[in-house]
Amino acid sequence: MINRIIAWLADVAHWQGDDGILRRLVEHMEYATTALVIAALIAIPLGLYIGHTGKGRFLVVNAVGAARAIPSLGLLYLAFFWLAPRLSGEVAFLAPAGLVLVVLAIPPILSGAYAGVEGVEPAARDAAVGMGMRGTEVMRHVELPCALPLILSGIRSAMLQVIATATIAAVLGLGGLGRFLIDGLASQDFPQTASGAILVAVLALAVDMAFALVQRSVVSPGLTGRYGKVSL
Amino acid sequence: MIRFDAVSKQFPDGTKAVDELTLEAPTGKITVLVGPSGCGKTTSLRMINRMITPTDGRIWIDDQDTAEMDEAQLRRGIGYVIQHAGLFPHRTIVANIATVPMLLGWGRRKAESRALELLERVGLPASYAKRYPAQLSGGQQQRVGVARALAADPPIMLMDEPFSAVDPIVREQLQDEFLRLQGDLGKTIVFVTHDIEEAIKLGDQIAVLRGSGNLAQLSDPAQLLAHPVDDFVADFVGKDRGYRALSFQQSPQFPLSRESSVPLGATPEQAAAAARDGWVLVLDADRRPLGWIEPDRITAPVRSEMLARGGTVATAGGPLRNALDAALSSPSRRGVIVDDQGALLGTVRAYEVLAEIEERARPELDEADLERAGLRPVEETPE
Repeated sequence: MINRIIAWLADVAHWQGDDGILRRLVEHMEYATTALVIAALIAIPLGLYIGHTGKGRFLVVNAVGAARAIPSLGLLYLAFFWLAPRLSGEVAFLAPAGLVLVVLAIPPILSGAYAGVEGVEPAARDAAVGMGMRGTEVMRHVELPCALPLILSGIRSAMLQVIATATIAAVLGLGGLGRFLIDGLASQDFPQTASGAILVAVLALAVDMAFALVQRSVVSPGLTGRYGKVSL
Repeated sequence: MIRFDAVSKQFPDGTKAVDELTLEAPTGKITVLVGPSGCGKTTSLRMINRMITPTDGRIWIDDQDTAEMDEAQLRRGIGYVIQHAGLFPHRTIVANIATVPMLLGWGRRKAESRALELLERVGLPASYAKRYPAQLSGGQQQRVGVARALAADPPIMLMDEPFSAVDPIVREQLQDEFLRLQGDLGKTIVFVTHDIEEAIKLGDQIAVLRGSGNLAQLSDPAQLLAHPVDDFVADFVGKDRGYRALSFQQSPQFPLSRESSVPLGATPEQAAAAARDGWVLVLDADRRPLGWIEPDRITAPVRSEMLARGGTVATAGGPLRNALDAALSSPSRRGVIVDDQGALLGTVRAYEVLAEIEERARPELDEADLERAGLRPVEETPE
C-alpha cells in the first residue's frame, strides 16, 4: 500500500499540468493566504483595539469560543446556498469557501492580538503614557512590539487550520489539494486520496516552519530571551 | 515650583482619594509625599502629570495651569520614575533611555549619545547599552529608569516609590547616588514613599499625608522629628526620634584625643606598647582605620582577620548622629573620627558627644509649618 502511495507521488505526470500537484499546491496556497490576510486585517486591529481599551472583552471570549464550535463543512453549505444565488461565475464558489476559511482564521488571530496587548506589563504601559506618548504612540512603540509574539502565534495557528481546512474548497468543485482527496474518494483511487492528505500535512508543516523562522527574526530578543553575543 | 491649589480627587465609586490638598513643591528641592497606604500620595503625584485628572482644584507649574496644557507635551517636560521601573522589555537599554528625546524629535544619533552619557551618569557601564531590561537586576533596572526620566533634562521629576522594590542594601546605594545626582542637577522633585526613613533621608521638605490626601504636616526633616504636630504624625514618624534628629545637627570641633596606632603586621609587643586601656587602633598605609585589636589576646603579628570591626567611623564636621554612633559602637568605647579622606584624626568619647548634644537647643517650632498645613499650634502630647 505504502509502495503504491510512493509510486503515485513519484509519478512525474501527477506533478505536471493543469490538474497536477504543483498547480493544486499553488491554488491551495492562494486560498489559504487570501483567507488569512483577510482574517488578519479584521482580527488584528480589532484585537489590538480591544486589548488597548479593554472594551468588548466579552466579545473576544464568546466569539472565539463559539467560532471554534462551528462545523466547517456545515458552514460551507450554508454559505454556498446563501451566497451562490447572489453571485455569478467562479466567485459564486470562491466566496463561500473563502468565508468559511476567514471565519475559521479569525478566532486564533483575534485572541492572540487581544491577549498580546492585554499582557503588556502594566508598568511599561504606565511609563509610556507618563513619558508623554500619545495613544497611537503607545500602541506603535510599546503595545504592538510587546504583543508581537502572541500575535504571530495566533497567525501561525490560524495558518495551520486554514491550510488543513482549505481542502473543503474542492467540495464546491474548486481547486487546491482537496481535489486529490475528493477525486480519489469518488474514483476509489486510494493512493491518490492518501497522497493528497500527505501533501496537505507536509505543506502545513513546511509553512509552519517557515513561520517559526520569521517569528524568530522579527520578535525582539528582549522578549524571547535570545540575546545572542551580547549576553551576560 | 509646583503648586497644588485645593486639589481634590473623587473616584467614580465615591471614594475621596485626595481632599482639598494645598501644597507647594519649591524649585530645585526634593518634596517627599509620605503616608500610610491609601493616603492619596500616589494619586496626588499622578495628578501633577495628569495621569489622573483632579475633580476639583488646580495644579500649577510655575505660572502655568497644568489643566490647560497639552497632556503629552506636559508629560514630556516631566521626568517620570515608577516603582518597577517600567522599562520597555523589547528595547535595548540605550533605546529605553532615549525614549523621550526620540519623542521630542532629537534624531537618533543625538538621542543615543545623550542616552550613553546618562548611562554612565547613573553608574552603569557603557557595555550595558545594548542589553535588554530582562538581563539587568532590579536595582540596575531602576537606575535605567532614573536615566530614562532624566534623558530630556526636564526641570521636574516625579518619582513614585522608585526604590521600594529593591533589597535594602541596593536601596541605600540608590538613595545615596540619587542624592549625589540631585546635588549636581538641582531638579524640582516630588517623591512618593511609604517609608518614613527614606522620606527623612531624601526630603528637603516632607509632606505627611493621612487618609484621603489630608495634609497632616509639611516640614523639613529636622522639624518633623522635633515637632510632630499631632499623635498621628508622631506615631508615623516612629520611635528613636531624638536619636534620628541628630542626623540633622552638625558636629562641632570636638576636643579629640590623640590615638596611637599600629599598622598591619605589628608584633604583639609593639601593639601592647601603643595600646591604651587594652585596645589599639590599626591603620592602613594611608592612615585609614581598619579596626581595633586587643594586644593581650594576640600571639602573632597583627593580621586583618584578627581585627574587631564593629566600630563605625564618623567624619569630622559630619552629623552628630554619626559621631555618637562611632563612640557607642567602638569596642574600645573611643569613637573614631576621620577627615574627608578617611584618615584618622583622633577619638571622642560618648559622654563628650552627649555633652555637646545637651548644650544644643532643640530646633524651634516653626509656626509657619503649622499654618501651611492649615493647623493651629497644638500642645505636643507626650507619647
